[in-house]
Amino acid sequence: MNFDFTEEQQMIRDSIARFVQDDYDWDTRKAIVASEAGMAPANWQTFAELGWLSIPFAEADGGFGGGIVDSAVIMEELGKGLVVEPYFPTVILFGGLITRAGSEAQRAAMLSALIEGRLLGAFAYLERQSRFEIGDCRTVALPDGEGYRLSGEKVVVFNGEHAEQMVVLARTSGEQCDREGLSLFVVDASAEGISRFNYPLMDAQRVSNITFDNVRLEAHTLLGDLGNAMDVVDAVVREATILLAAEAVGIMGLLNQKTLEYTKTRQQFGVAIGSFQALQHRMVDTMMAYEQAKSLLFRALCEHQEDPEQSATTVHALKTLIDRNSKLIYGEAIQLHGGMGLTDELDIGHYAKRLMMINTTFGDGTFHRARYAEQAYAA
Amino acid sequence: MDIAFSPEDLAFREDVRQFLDDQFTDELRTRLQSKDFKPAMVEWQQKLYRRGWVAPNWPEEHGGTHWTPTQKYIFETERSLRGIPDVVPFGLVMVANVIIGFGTQDQKDYFLPRILKSEDWWCQGYSEPGSGSDLASLKTKAIRDGDDFIINGAKIWTTYAQYADWIFCLVRTSSAGKKQEGITFILVDMASEGIKVNPIHSIDDHHSLNEVEFNDVRVPVNNVIGEIDQGWTVAKALLAHERTGIAGVADVKRNVRLIREAATQEVNGGVSVMQDPGFQQRLSDIEVELMALEFTELRTLAAMAKGGFPGPESSLLKIKGTELQQATQELRMELAGYYQGVLPTDLDPTLLGHEFGSEARRSFMYGRAATIYGGSNEVQKNIIAKYVLGLE
Repeated sequence: MNFDFTEEQQMIRDSIARFVQDDYDWDTRKAIVASEAGMAPANWQTFAELGWLSIPFAEADGGFGGGIVDSAVIMEELGKGLVVEPYFPTVILFGGLITRAGSEAQRAAMLSALIEGRLLGAFAYLERQSRFEIGDCRTVALPDGEGYRLSGEKVVVFNGEHAEQMVVLARTSGEQCDREGLSLFVVDASAEGISRFNYPLMDAQRVSNITFDNVRLEAHTLLGDLGNAMDVVDAVVREATILLAAEAVGIMGLLNQKTLEYTKTRQQFGVAIGSFQALQHRMVDTMMAYEQAKSLLFRALCEHQEDPEQSATTVHALKTLIDRNSKLIYGEAIQLHGGMGLTDELDIGHYAKRLMMINTTFGDGTFHRARYAEQAYAA
Repeated sequence: MDIAFSPEDLAFREDVRQFLDDQFTDELRTRLQSKDFKPAMVEWQQKLYRRGWVAPNWPEEHGGTHWTPTQKYIFETERSLRGIPDVVPFGLVMVANVIIGFGTQDQKDYFLPRILKSEDWWCQGYSEPGSGSDLASLKTKAIRDGDDFIINGAKIWTTYAQYADWIFCLVRTSSAGKKQEGITFILVDMASEGIKVNPIHSIDDHHSLNEVEFNDVRVPVNNVIGEIDQGWTVAKALLAHERTGIAGVADVKRNVRLIREAATQEVNGGVSVMQDPGFQQRLSDIEVELMALEFTELRTLAAMAKGGFPGPESSLLKIKGTELQQATQELRMELAGYYQGVLPTDLDPTLLGHEFGSEARRSFMYGRAATIYGGSNEVQKNIIAKYVLGLE
């Protein structure tokens, strides 16, 4: 048994931490967020040069051949810097789908471009009505000669604004909520019949609602098996959920650290407020909440490495605990910072908003707790 | 002991319903939600004034309503059912009550009618950058110069200072004795020379908070409320009034109703969130606590009706009320799913695909302030421990 990170993982961690410290200070990030693109293309090139974009991909595809723990280290560190460049949508979601379901030709066409920083991607899965049930899908791809015609709408597509290629989930047969009959397509964002409506979210990521109006898809754009997309989607979303939890754990630790520091320096009643027992106990609670979240993250990482499918129940447990404990931690961070915690100027509220967005992505605590119960107590 | 409405109460409820439905128009509602909401708020408060209902907690001789606790309860319930905002409290609830309790006849004659008619917009100068929970450590200084005080210092977290005509302030007039002694409660005209208002943007993506700087601001000694150096007594009375308003039971009830509606409409794969046992438990926990708090508030109102200021028990209302406000705000925001991330925007909801996500998140973020302002909940617990439980 060993919970240590390898030397390589430690190097990845240090490299990202150094980038955040040297090139991604709070004012720099603010300027990036306020810029028209809402991200810095130069940073993306840096990520490519430093090899971060190659980590999860197989060596045969030009990648580093890393595992889920390597990706978790990256996400945790990117989270601490509140890095807005679209690593998660491009590398984890889009890249994850291509690498799992792509033919050799598709992988060759897209992964090296992605790894070299020449291709931004997205995964368009959410619809107005679907909430947290990805299989609730009205977007259809109907046969059209050798290819298909895609019609429908996807909403809140992460990195939708900048994605050049996107994987779109569409129904090729069956009813709205059927698990069967769903297929994935790789769609060129500039194709005729696509319109994007872009807007920013509270955590500064750019998203889009995307309408597909009878978009022509060639046969070779089908990604994976026709009508059988959900197994691949589940696998990618399961992994992505663990990685979002890793990002959350990074933020939770940092928030605790910042709050602890503040309570040691903020003076009221002639003493540091951290000297009050009532506050000390609450900071002990948030510390325990962080350690517990980290432990369950490690458990999920270990189980996923052993057998991804067997980790499903643990992933539901993880997302449930991240939701609960992150709320405690960001809530206390704001409360103990007092009025300062309410200002837009301080970073505390921005970390809170990222945690809120992580909590709702791929299902919130209420949703995952119900899924956990279904699986754990199934007859 | 009973809570049945009398025929008079029922007739009163009819009056209230009719007035609110007639006077609170959709047009007014829209304007109140816009960034420049002050004219609409003033218009609404003036409508209440003309009906005689703008200051339910004032004594009748100054323009109060002389409502029974039941009538207050009825009015609050009907108001919040319709999503009508409460009056802005700084003038009508806070400063008015201390002017009534501690002011001179001249002060009452001048300020109270202007407050009733919403001719003056008030803000509150209590906290300072170095004095939050430890309010009595405040440093903003007032030095006597003939018939005036000259004020120097800064106040922070001043809600709506950008709109205000007047600010009521706690200032230090003496550094002898305990820090609670030597504080004076004074009213300052915001148009005075030497006042500067600096905006503070908050995590709800709005501008309601400010820092107010005082540089050699000259204020007549006549503007002191109560005795010089005895402002702490005034301040405590005011905070007790602020706290009773903070519970916001009726508004929490409205949130619960909105949650129930949204939970039946938000669906995961054909199953509404309302059908989820885990969700039902969370909402039930909130509703059970709310049912009790509603009666805790009624008990306080009944006690107040028998005379006197609200006592330290009002801290209980503040703590429980704000906890429930935050719990309902959180639940409603979560119901918006991904759409809780949408920023305040004039985007068309049909284009966006969702109605309430942005507003629910904003209310959640703004709601984080409720356990901090008016004496943080930690300070409220200290007050209960000391004054109710006798723990030193």
